[in-house]
Amino acid sequence: MPFAAFVLLAVVGPLRRTGRGAGALSIAAVVISFVAALRIWTLGLVGERTWGWIPADGGPIATVGVLVDPLSNVMLVLVTLVSLLVQIYSLAYLSDERPAALGRYYTYQSLFVFSMLGLVLAPGFLQMFVFWELVGLCSYLLIGFWYERPAAARAAVKAFWITKLGDVGFIIGIVLLWSATGTFEFSELFEKAQDQTLMIPGLATIMFLIYLGAVGKSAQFPLHVWLPDAMEGPTPVSALIHAATMVTAGVFMVTRAEPLFALVPEVLTVIAWVGAFTALLAATMACVEGDIKRVLAYSTVSQLGYMMAAAGAGASPAGFLHLLTHGLFKALLFLAAGAVIHAVGTNDIFRMGGLFRAMPHTAIVFVIGTLALAGVPPLAGFYSKEAVLGGVWEAHLTGPFLMLALTALLTAFYMFRVVFATFFGRAHAGGHPHEAPWLMRGPLWILAALTILAGIRLALSGAEAHDEAPAWLPPFSVGLALFGFVLAWAMYQRGAIDPARVASVLAPLDYLARRRYGLDALYAGLYRGFILGFSRLIGWIDRYFVDGILNALTALTLRAGDRLRGMQSGRAQDYVYGVAFGVLLLFVWAQLWRR
Amino acid sequence: MIGLSSYLVLAALVFSIGLFGVLTRRNAVGILLGIELMLNAVNINLVAFARFHGDLTGLIFTLFTISITVAEVAVGLAIVIAIFRVRRTVEADRLDLLRG
Repeated sequence: MPFAAFVLLAVVGPLRRTGRGAGALSIAAVVISFVAALRIWTLGLVGERTWGWIPADGGPIATVGVLVDPLSNVMLVLVTLVSLLVQIYSLAYLSDERPAALGRYYTYQSLFVFSMLGLVLAPGFLQMFVFWELVGLCSYLLIGFWYERPAAARAAVKAFWITKLGDVGFIIGIVLLWSATGTFEFSELFEKAQDQTLMIPGLATIMFLIYLGAVGKSAQFPLHVWLPDAMEGPTPVSALIHAATMVTAGVFMVTRAEPLFALVPEVLTVIAWVGAFTALLAATMACVEGDIKRVLAYSTVSQLGYMMAAAGAGASPAGFLHLLTHGLFKALLFLAAGAVIHAVGTNDIFRMGGLFRAMPHTAIVFVIGTLALAGVPPLAGFYSKEAVLGGVWEAHLTGPFLMLALTALLTAFYMFRVVFATFFGRAHAGGHPHEAPWLMRGPLWILAALTILAGIRLALSGAEAHDEAPAWLPPFSVGLALFGFVLAWAMYQRGAIDPARVASVLAPLDYLARRRYGLDALYAGLYRGFILGFSRLIGWIDRYFVDGILNALTALTLRAGDRLRGMQSGRAQDYVYGVAFGVLLLFVWAQLWRR
Repeated sequence: MIGLSSYLVLAALVFSIGLFGVLTRRNAVGILLGIELMLNAVNINLVAFARFHGDLTGLIFTLFTISITVAEVAVGLAIVIAIFRVRRTVEADRLDLLRG
């Protein structure tokens, strides 16, 4: 259905220019898919249908199709739900845009929802890759939605290229896997994985290459630099693509291919370490960031690190659970942040303040989201985060466990730092902040309610789910969250601890985090030094060597033509003389030939 | 009795004289005359072969050649006159508009 909406919006220009009409159409399409997804989920349908795609002698090489299993069921519901709420929210958030731009926005949104559903339903690596690229394209288009702003355009290009870096690994891995096994299908690959016939040499390399795709898409270290910049796009886009759905595609893929990854424990260990390191790194950067959306972006990177660490520790159900709950409350946080930005007109948390009185609804849902993210029971984030920590502990990965625990502490700290700076304290904002319209408040409350409900449901059903985790873990993680909360409270609310003093104590770390550990600069330097240098070299060769050959050839032709021109006297008699002489020569030649 | 080869030698001589005229005459009318000589050499050949082989086809063919030659001369003289009107000369050496 979203695909139909996309085609309709892309082809029928006048409809797109109406803006709100395009939005209504797109929302209607998503509503239908949401209802369908909900139905599939509640009925618990499981099945697979494929159609041949690339024909070959011995049956089709690749197939397209639909794979419905519990994993994709839940993901379907999440994707359609969040996109539905986000699209409704955008109607109010982007109401100042020109109708044509709004129509364009909804066109892209429809395409994105379609691609994401295709990715989730993909029964094989090839189809997954196609939709994987499509969501990447939509991400690029939507980050650059305000393409008049140079920063947005640059961020879009950056996001595109950096995720492409990972995708190169992904497709090489897919093709290698195909050439080794002859199939793209998950089901066949899993069968082979089960009866031990997949133990081909180089499997670790292949799986690592496939994992690289997830590194790019899910913004893992060292390819995480695009996600914070992607915040140049409209806030609902950040909520949908860069928090709830697309960036989790990498985690989804690793979860989907879990039987394959399980065959190569060394790659899993790498995944866990990289995930935990990403989580910690991003959390420290979030602590010094002043832009509310960028804080959330770093926190997304950090939570993605959590999920990856869980997947790497062999606890992919925990990672997937965290994916779902994170999708809910991070979308909530982003949308609430969007409401704040909409009201105040700035992204800087230190120029906000005291907004609780002006916009109580937004403040309350934001606090709910923050509590969930910080991992406070009985909200959704607590159980999933605890499951992740328990899973990593179970896998005896002490290093990643410690990093993740530290991250949990930092998460609570930086989130409450935002809360205190934005909603409490003295009012800084010059204008008159106002509560968001109901079109924006509605989705916020729905997401907040779902965050609480999911937590309660997990609390009721999840008792047996993580009894393998040590008993001291829940109090431990709650304690970490509380400590972070108290720290933030003391620093930004009471003023008992001066933030500047802390910064000076931790000066090197602060300096590095503010400079994003120099990674952005490193990439920029690499880009300038290496790629541009290489292009210049190629350009020089092209200009002076390849072009030189061509120039020499043309000069030669011209000069030869000049010489030969002299033969054309223009006198008919000369030509006749030539013909007669030629005939004579032919005669002589024929005589000699006969002998 | 004069043999076939004598006719052929005569035709070859006439042809060579005609070719020489075409190549060396500077006057366009002279070049046309040379072409006439070359064509008539061919006619001599055709008649001689017809006579010695007892085949009338050559004679009939010669009649065609003669009539076509007449037409050719008419067209050629018309062209020469047209050139003279435009260039005020019929000197073949100076008709070199096509020089590269």
